[in-house]
Amino acid sequence: MKGRKLKLGEFKIIEAGPCTTVQDRGRYGYQRYGMPVAGAMDDFSYKMANLLVGNEAGAAVLEYTFQGPAIKFFDGAIIAVTGARAAVYLNGCLLPDWQSFFVPGGSVLSFARVEQGARSYIAFQGGLQVEEKLKSRSTYLRGEFGGYQGRKLKKDDCLEFYGQPQKTDYTCRYLPEKFIPDYPSKVEGRIILGPQVECFSEEGAKNFLKGRYKVTEQADRMGYRLEGPEIKHKDGADIISDGVAAGSIQVPGHQQPIILLADCQTTGGYPKIATVISVDLAKIAQLKPGDIISFREIELAEAHRLLEEREKLFQQIRTRKMKFGPSKFLNLKINEDNYRVMIEEIRD
Amino acid sequence: MANYKFVGDKGILVEFEKKIALEVHEQVRKMDAAVNSFLADKVLETIPSYHSILVFYDPLEIEVNNLLAELKRLEKSCSEMSPENQRHLEIPVLYGDEFGPDLDYVAEYNDLTPEEVIDLHSSQKYRVYMLGFTPGFPYLGGLPERLATPRRKNPTQKVIAGSVGIAGDQTGIYPISSPGGWRIIGNTPLSLFVPEAQDPFLFKPGDIIEFKAIDRNCYQVLSEKTWDEDERKEIEIG
Repeated sequence: MKGRKLKLGEFKIIEAGPCTTVQDRGRYGYQRYGMPVAGAMDDFSYKMANLLVGNEAGAAVLEYTFQGPAIKFFDGAIIAVTGARAAVYLNGCLLPDWQSFFVPGGSVLSFARVEQGARSYIAFQGGLQVEEKLKSRSTYLRGEFGGYQGRKLKKDDCLEFYGQPQKTDYTCRYLPEKFIPDYPSKVEGRIILGPQVECFSEEGAKNFLKGRYKVTEQADRMGYRLEGPEIKHKDGADIISDGVAAGSIQVPGHQQPIILLADCQTTGGYPKIATVISVDLAKIAQLKPGDIISFREIELAEAHRLLEEREKLFQQIRTRKMKFGPSKFLNLKINEDNYRVMIEEIRD
Repeated sequence: MANYKFVGDKGILVEFEKKIALEVHEQVRKMDAAVNSFLADKVLETIPSYHSILVFYDPLEIEVNNLLAELKRLEKSCSEMSPENQRHLEIPVLYGDEFGPDLDYVAEYNDLTPEEVIDLHSSQKYRVYMLGFTPGFPYLGGLPERLATPRRKNPTQKVIAGSVGIAGDQTGIYPISSPGGWRIIGNTPLSLFVPEAQDPFLFKPGDIIEFKAIDRNCYQVLSEKTWDEDERKEIEIG
């Protein structure tokens, strides 16, 4: 995309859904000043969505929770929807998710309620155009900062994207089913113990590792409060405040854990018993109230190996080193216009 | 000797002696400055706090054991370093009335008059130990013991931007309006967080600040400024 002058395309939000925000990979470099990272909760789906439309890493997308928005396109766009599974409709016709497709100007994109998972991503070729704030386009909701006017999208908001396609003959890419994650309602979060595991009684730590924890209603982009076996402290739940990271599991005085997520504060005064590994944050992001999570300790080296493995998959798709299957051609008729569509399967 | 702990698969916590004290924070300051100047290409960012530094790294870019070794090496050499100059800032505050609804409570709780609270609060040097809670919120050390007041039990009240508060033995300033449980004794017309500015944050970890009591007129004049980088120079002292 670099260097090419792109025409801006525009769309309007007809229905917003309960929590639809502009997100990118997050706002790094300002945590020392108390600025949370924010960014896409499920970074796997976020990155895949951008890769499917051919965006560079870091492009801004829409993230929605539980119910997708209804969007009226004024201009043509190439988009992809990934993450939580929900039926995707273009002018009322069912379209596949985890695949890029062309949306002609004038059409309406809408979604059924999420059936599996919690959060989905809509990537636009070229990326969403909102003003960068501190080197990121992410929305930090509590701080009313970044993204689109620092808030959730509302009905009648108009947004722009960079890459209005100039032709109707285009290539779409999809991810084979085997790479698409499942979003079960019971998951295992792999963790690295610490940094304050020593603040907990032996029994408390054992409960944490053996217990099953339910996601409560208090679950949002800042973190999830969990409910399950008590995690007792040795002497009190206060520590001298220190820096925290997304994935850290802090345990306040009520002895129930809280998983800190994308919008979490940068510092905290409760001890953290463990931290969820990076590659598992994507599945935590897809949990909803009532879902169950248990924890398993793994070695740091294993966590790093898993991260490398995942990066390799992204890399293969980015550089198209994966073999493409035989191209399929489809002829679509949308709004009285004919479109010739080529579909390529990404294979390994 | 610092303790080194893993925070998930992308963080290392460098932890010094577990106490809130100037000498411990000096170690934090030196180490944080050293990490950000000598290991800038190996770490993503750091969060310095009272007695520790959380160092973020990209495990795809650097082997964690190499980074650990580098950090330990740096810790040995950085104690002799003189950290960057500390800034001394004077923070104008309009104490009491609608700007400090809890001034009378803090006075009563500590058997002082409101004037004595103002005098005590504005005759100290405070250190910005860390920033957190909301963007630009400074946790200040150095509150006189005689002003320590427990926080509100119900922290849901809305606290307006610029509010100067006391919670236990800490004092701090709210950069943006947010719910909070601190006892509010005054308000500064300065903007601690200016999103449009090149450098949006008024404070840096390690700054030394003093409060200066001002009157309504002065408050009015100062609150008309934008407090961008240029105007901030006006409050630097010493």
